[in-house]
Amino acid sequence: MQGYIVKRILIAAFTVFTVLTVVFFVFRLGPADPVMVMLPPNATPQDAENLTKKFGLDKPLMVQYGNYLKNAFRGDFGSSFRFDEPALRVLLMRFPATLKLGLVTFILSVTVGLSIGLISAVKPDSIIDRIGRLFALAGMSLPSFWVGIMLILFFGVTLRWLPIAGRGTPLHYIMPAFCMSLYPIALITRLSRSSMLDALKSDYVVMARIKGVPEFYVILVHAFKNASIPVITVIFGIFGALMVGSAVVVEYIFSWPGIGRLVMESFFARDYPVVQVFVIVVTCMVVTLNLIVDIIYAYIDPRIRYQ
Amino acid sequence: MHSNQDNLLELQDVTTTFFTKQGEVRAVDGVSFSVGKGEVVGLVGESGCGKSVTSLSIMRLVPQPAGKIVSGRILFKNEDLMEKTAEEMRQLRGDRISMILQDPMVAMNQLLTVGKQLGEPYKFHDKVRGSLREMCIRLLEKVKVPAPESRVDDYPFQFSGGMSQRALIAMGIANNPDLLIADEPTTALDVTIAAQVLKLMKEIQRETDASIILITHDLATVAQICTRVIVMYAGRIVETAPIKIFYKNPAHPYSVGLIRSVPVLGQPVDRLFSISGQPPSLFAMPKGCRFAPRCNKAEKKCFKHYPPETWLDENHSVACWLYPGD
Amino acid sequence: MNFFSKKNKKKAKRRGGVRPPYIGLFCLGLFFTAVIFANVIAPYDPNEGDLFSTTIPPVWEKDGSLAHILGTDMLGRDVLSRIIHGSRMSLLISVGCILFYGSLGVVLGLISGFRGGRTDMVIMRLADLWLSLPGVIVLFMLAAVHGPSAKTIIITFGIMGWPGYARIVRGECLSLKQRDFVRLARVAGCSKLRIMFSHILPNIINTIIIMATIEIGGIIVMTASMSFLGLGTQPPSCDWGLMLAEGRQYITYAWWLVTFPGLAIVITVLGFNLTGDWLREVMDPKQKLR
Repeated sequence: MQGYIVKRILIAAFTVFTVLTVVFFVFRLGPADPVMVMLPPNATPQDAENLTKKFGLDKPLMVQYGNYLKNAFRGDFGSSFRFDEPALRVLLMRFPATLKLGLVTFILSVTVGLSIGLISAVKPDSIIDRIGRLFALAGMSLPSFWVGIMLILFFGVTLRWLPIAGRGTPLHYIMPAFCMSLYPIALITRLSRSSMLDALKSDYVVMARIKGVPEFYVILVHAFKNASIPVITVIFGIFGALMVGSAVVVEYIFSWPGIGRLVMESFFARDYPVVQVFVIVVTCMVVTLNLIVDIIYAYIDPRIRYQ
Repeated sequence: MHSNQDNLLELQDVTTTFFTKQGEVRAVDGVSFSVGKGEVVGLVGESGCGKSVTSLSIMRLVPQPAGKIVSGRILFKNEDLMEKTAEEMRQLRGDRISMILQDPMVAMNQLLTVGKQLGEPYKFHDKVRGSLREMCIRLLEKVKVPAPESRVDDYPFQFSGGMSQRALIAMGIANNPDLLIADEPTTALDVTIAAQVLKLMKEIQRETDASIILITHDLATVAQICTRVIVMYAGRIVETAPIKIFYKNPAHPYSVGLIRSVPVLGQPVDRLFSISGQPPSLFAMPKGCRFAPRCNKAEKKCFKHYPPETWLDENHSVACWLYPGD
Repeated sequence: MNFFSKKNKKKAKRRGGVRPPYIGLFCLGLFFTAVIFANVIAPYDPNEGDLFSTTIPPVWEKDGSLAHILGTDMLGRDVLSRIIHGSRMSLLISVGCILFYGSLGVVLGLISGFRGGRTDMVIMRLADLWLSLPGVIVLFMLAAVHGPSAKTIIITFGIMGWPGYARIVRGECLSLKQRDFVRLARVAGCSKLRIMFSHILPNIINTIIIMATIEIGGIIVMTASMSFLGLGTQPPSCDWGLMLAEGRQYITYAWWLVTFPGLAIVITVLGFNLTGDWLREVMDPKQKLR
């Protein structure tokens, strides 16, 4: 068990290291001059020279790489041009807004997706199953950014029921959270339904019924525990990656002051240190989530625990 | 069929149908038989002939929602199981009626300890006296799993195939059921371990005087522990006979073929006999006798009408036109 | 393409029960008509604006005109024509992505399944890791360095999408490896490369096509949202995502600019998803793909 977790942590650390390296080389070795890329549009040649010195870009590449890693471990990823502050701090200041919206979305998608999926599997072809399947199809086929726009058009512009931008009141959460959870709900519903159906068909479930185990216990303990493994992979593993994309889109549409909107603003203002730090922080988050999944696996599945 | 008050179990004209997208399939078609108290009956046939579905029908555990017992009566201790509520059935299952599945590797929940799974028949029938763990250990002892005190906390993947099958048997016999259905309990095991498991079942049967329905496609297994044989073909019973008569004097051509296809120890044979052809597709059942297309004694009549059940003597019945009935 | 062959159609019929997705096929029909006959059926040049007839509403609205059925945008360009031509960009980008990462995934999956051992472990571990990386961050990096364009999108999703394919192909490859014809080929002394590409690949082509059909809907949504953010195609291209981005600024008084391009995406994606689900159910009864 300990060996397993240590191994996972090492893999996670290695991943973060790889991403740091890739980010470095992509930004330094791209066809564009890194100084020109890093500079704000209205910079003078003097600025360019200063920047070259400041980043040590006149030094050999490997020395630059060493310095970059050293700074990265100290949490120094350069400064934002727009705010004249450390890029990491700029990002972290906008982080709570994203986290709150993400958390609401997460809870919404998991509770709704899981319960529809489970009920559909236990009672196939029931009304809930049919509605669930329709909803899953819709969630898979409707682009969340368009749904966002339509919601704004309908509830914000035409009916004027809900605020269309910013955050503050619980009302502000309704449209962005709905928009963001549409696809994850569809995904979780589909997956939990199919893996629960598989589990309910399995011999160990038949055996449990043979032993006279009550149905709710069969479903919740025998079937669900087994069905949960692929669902957990999706909820934590893929969810992280998925959420980043839709957070950027949804925050952009609803002017939500989180890191997704920040990275868009920074990108168009060519404030690349912030974009870079966004890439790194997001990867670290995703890697951490995967680590959590691995540990949950070990908790659920004895075959991993006793490896 | 002779109705008998001493019968523990009696199936009367049971039909179980699966409603699939491709059409209706009668997996069990009008099956009637009975099992006496303490009797060990072998239910024999090729795979897909409806043996397993018959046993699941008795347990009222036919896979839902596709499968359904559409007609017939299943009398257990003279009470019709078809009229029981789901809760009444649950209370019977794992207590008075139990079953052992064939593949222990998939019949055990890999994520729960063996002890936890062993304890379930006690726990859900209010049979826990003292420590549940203690009861599980004693159960493992009974099926001769070595070191039961430590094994009880193991997970199924830490058990060998033979040990898993023993643990599965232990789950089946936990509450000393009156009827134990064993669905190919030795198929997934290698020969020596299979023999041990069979011996164990015999011992348990003697000890508890339970009735056993042994489902198998292996006549050698039947010969070892059964007193009576029921042969199924394509969803119907074709022959019922006491074991000795069955081996000496099989009546149905299918039974004859089955017996001839078993090699006999010590008798050299050039070539092992095999019944030619394939069992009929469940979607396209022949109108007459289902075995007729493969039968070397088939006549015109066989292809037109299904033969009625004929009693050759008190315990021996067959469904074949070769034996004109009364 | 062997999967449209008669034999398979018969098979599908015998397995029966699963109704063809009429709605999905209809949607796909609309989409491909637009792609193929864009030049013929589009009433106007999609990029030609008319500054005297800007933001005309659709024909059924009060100020609508028959000349522009779905209205015009702020530069006076015909919305219907732009949507029809936009289908081409949509198909181009999504097929580009799929071809790119599909071939990458197939090759890596074949190598992984065929070689086994350490190579297999490394590739599969890499696939796990890859799957957890958000595509959008790679897009940000590439767009920062190369500038946003349709090409950047194709490259980004091209490098990001392979793990799904690699896993499926690997699984198929592992089971095919045990089959007699592959063993025979080995005994006959065929080279590994030859076995991989002329014996194993033809046998998994159906799986690959089904998977592409299932995935293409998601790709269209993904690439459209990136163009919507301004990270993909740039004006004045005809692209549905881009049209939505432009229309969004006028949402308060020109609702049609944000409604119809989105509907076009929904119809297309629905078409691919429904057809893909059906194909999977008919061709893949064991549900290897999920």
